[in-house]
Amino acid sequence: MTKLHIKRIPVLVCAALLLGGCATSGNPKDPIEGFNRAMYGINEAVDKVAIRPVARAYDFVLPSPVKRGVANVFGNIDDVFIGVNNLLQGKGKDGITDLGRFVLNSTIGIFGIFDIASNIGMEKHDEDFGQTFGRWGVGSGAYVVVPFFGPRTARDTVGLLLDIKADPIANINDVPSRNALLVTRIISDRATLLPADKVIEEAALDKYAYMRDGYLQRRRNLIHDGNPPREKEEF
Amino acid sequence: MNKKNYSVKWLLGCFAALAVSTGALADDATPDVLIKNVTNEVLEIVRKDRDIQSGNTKKAIDLVEAKVLPHFNFTRMTQLAMARDWRQATPAQQKTLIDEFRSLLVRTYSKALTEYKNQTIEFKPFKMQAGETDVKVRTQIDQSGAKPIGLDYYLEKLPNGWKVYDIEVGGISLVTTYRGSFGSEVRQSGIDGLIKTLQSKNASGEAAATKK
Repeated sequence: MTKLHIKRIPVLVCAALLLGGCATSGNPKDPIEGFNRAMYGINEAVDKVAIRPVARAYDFVLPSPVKRGVANVFGNIDDVFIGVNNLLQGKGKDGITDLGRFVLNSTIGIFGIFDIASNIGMEKHDEDFGQTFGRWGVGSGAYVVVPFFGPRTARDTVGLLLDIKADPIANINDVPSRNALLVTRIISDRATLLPADKVIEEAALDKYAYMRDGYLQRRRNLIHDGNPPREKEEF
Repeated sequence: MNKKNYSVKWLLGCFAALAVSTGALADDATPDVLIKNVTNEVLEIVRKDRDIQSGNTKKAIDLVEAKVLPHFNFTRMTQLAMARDWRQATPAQQKTLIDEFRSLLVRTYSKALTEYKNQTIEFKPFKMQAGETDVKVRTQIDQSGAKPIGLDYYLEKLPNGWKVYDIEVGGISLVTTYRGSFGSEVRQSGIDGLIKTLQSKNASGEAAATKK
């Protein structure tokens, strides 16, 4: 997530689109499957040797209230960004709720350690620029596995670049504390996903395809705020 | 003496009639009530069962088979996951596919139960038009500090009651997520290839579950 990586993403995506021409397997949602599978393999390998072991240790060592507090602090910082995206999508009420959550949790919730707002019924949302573009009618485009960040669509990759640009933590000037916070956030996020690992391992015939199809469904659901029209059945 | 015998029989008959009618009542339960009852019943057991909490998949599978399976329509689930390829399969292949897919889904569902950590399930308001036979029952998993995750059940009305044919977690369908991998498996090695893949997946999953 350093500057260097961010600059590389568009280059890699372009390379992916070029390479895609020679590696198709017939899935219209995944025209560059050859590249994606390779990238997925690399991401999985990095996760296996570097990220997951640290997340496991983190999960094992820290008591649950501490882990929840850490996740809450990062979630609280996100709420401003989520609120802005809700406002950009014309969802004024949700956007105001998000900003209200930030004010409440930053003060009474002590820098966001406690999610007081959820307790009093101010529901947390999940928004990003990719969803905002989707809401504005931009099509999702091809599925892309982005280095390090994992599953995205072409639209969500552009969204991701803006997400990073707008990320308060990535914009901290003091490099050591910025990096420390970025790493902590990655580990904290990864630790919350550990239970899902086992379930996916149990479920998937082909983990790559399972993650891809799951991701695409999840994004569709998020863009419609949990209420997408059900896809037509054919058999 | 005869009279007494008669009245005992009459009483037994009443019990039998009562049993039949409550059975019918259970089938007639509206879909939201059905989901609520099954969810509460299963979670109540998981909350008390240390073995399941500590990852005993085998025990979770027994629980799912007893309490959850009767309310699922695996034929419909397999059809949905197979999409157009379903009609290519012979009746014998279809039967094998349903059995193998059932084992896979049951193990996945049971595994998820062992990861349950006291999150609360909220049941969303449910409205149904008279005569509707295909409905969605919405619930949500609440967890502190994160956006609640939707857990939605799709049910259809069959002669023997409402049956679940898909579950969506956060918009990800338990069933249609398999379409991509089923489809490419069939394209590459036919229906039998898919059956073989499912069988070996189930065999390795079962081996892992009994090891625990």
